[in-house]
Amino acid sequence: MTDSDGAPLKKTPLHASHVALGARMVPFGGWDMPVEYSGITAEHMAVRTAAGLFDVSHMGEVEIAGKGALEAVQHITSNDASKLQVGQIQYSGLTTPEGTFVDDLLVYRFGPSHYLLVINAGNIDKDYAWIAARAKEAVPDVATVNSSDRYALIAVQGPKAQDILQALTAIDLAAIKYYWFANGEIAGVRGTVSRTGYTGEDGFEVMVPPAMAARVWDALLQAGKAHGLIPAGLGARDTLRLEAAMRLYGNDIDEQSTVIEADLGWIVGWNKTEFLGRDVLHAQKTGGTKKTMVGFEMTERAIARHGHSVFHNGQPVGVVTSGTQTPFLKKAIGMAYVPPTLKAPGTELEIDIRGRKAKAVVVPLPFYKRPKK
Amino acid sequence: MSYPADLKYTKEHEWIRVDGNTGAIGITDFAQQQLGDVVYVELPEVGSTITAGKVFGTIESVKAVSELFAPVSGEVVEINSSLKDRPDHVNSKPHETWMVKVKLGSTGELSSLMDAAAYEQLIQK
Repeated sequence: MTDSDGAPLKKTPLHASHVALGARMVPFGGWDMPVEYSGITAEHMAVRTAAGLFDVSHMGEVEIAGKGALEAVQHITSNDASKLQVGQIQYSGLTTPEGTFVDDLLVYRFGPSHYLLVINAGNIDKDYAWIAARAKEAVPDVATVNSSDRYALIAVQGPKAQDILQALTAIDLAAIKYYWFANGEIAGVRGTVSRTGYTGEDGFEVMVPPAMAARVWDALLQAGKAHGLIPAGLGARDTLRLEAAMRLYGNDIDEQSTVIEADLGWIVGWNKTEFLGRDVLHAQKTGGTKKTMVGFEMTERAIARHGHSVFHNGQPVGVVTSGTQTPFLKKAIGMAYVPPTLKAPGTELEIDIRGRKAKAVVVPLPFYKRPKK
Repeated sequence: MSYPADLKYTKEHEWIRVDGNTGAIGITDFAQQQLGDVVYVELPEVGSTITAGKVFGTIESVKAVSELFAPVSGEVVEINSSLKDRPDHVNSKPHETWMVKVKLGSTGELSSLMDAAAYEQLIQK
């Protein structure tokens, strides 16, 4: 199999496990990845009600270390990394000088002067070239390393995730707060456990050396069986993240949309005097934007998809960035860019679905919020 | 799953079951496997005409949308209204879950369709 450029598809260290489990494999961001095992609906529901196991080893990692590491991270990302303690993580934007997204990412503070950035699979080469060049603008001698091949990443997500993972590790998982991590052994393998995910559910992501990935994967499948855990693919990952209104790079955000337009002002560290894109973002925060991201729900039976045009009172006003029929909420939902004047919940929209205009209404984001314990 | 011998098949993975001068149309087990969980089927109205080889509706799974191609030409005499609430039957019982019934314009078109053996060969390629 090859990707659209004809290059051979990359395989994660768990590729053979997916094939053995009968997964349907598809090309994604240059990787041969499982899109589903038992079916998107079943996998989605398992994550909302019990647990799902995801191979997300295709995600990239870039490390920035040494004196000046913080200064470099502060220059290239939108959020304020100075707020991070060792062991803490933040969601952030890798921004252009225009305030748009080179990528979105997680910033882990590994050590006092050591940061690990988790980036999207399809952007690894682009991001690393960008980060290496731009970090040096801030700190000429800072070390940047593309360590994507050094980590396998496995996500265990769902209300049972903690019980399942706790059986395999001495790390006290209850003590790990949301967006924090701890180091230790998982199924006898040295690694890192973070309370993070891309599903809107409680859960963890486990980072281990690629050679040990299958051992940890198998142990989690085994330990999870009694709790209802099943392997879950990219299909369910997409419907889960959309219910939680988490942005997907390449669909909802890209180099044409700014952090403010994407309604992600909360990942901007306004206290910072400088970072790439600050001037544009500050001007947009105070002066407004031409477009803003909203959530919508179809009020007619039809499913909006990425790229469909959005209308209001018969006039074209924007475009759908993500849309699906969600298995848990059992509604057709989506996100779109529209003029800020149309962002109020209750505003009526029409979506052009293959030539037919179907009615939709703006609703608050996220669509789904997990019940508080 | 085996492919019933009483159905005729298209290379776009629809089937038709002919009863007298009426044909019931659905999609094959192979097609539903490729689509994944079906969530919505958009069908033509009763009384409209469909044309062999042309699009007559769309089918959406959680992940994707596909077009439905008519195996034969004819007037739509009935649509399967149970699909509105149970589109998943396309996945669980693909060869029993018909989508539309048409009054056949001519039975000649049927001869260009595949039998089960020919269709099974096609999908094994």
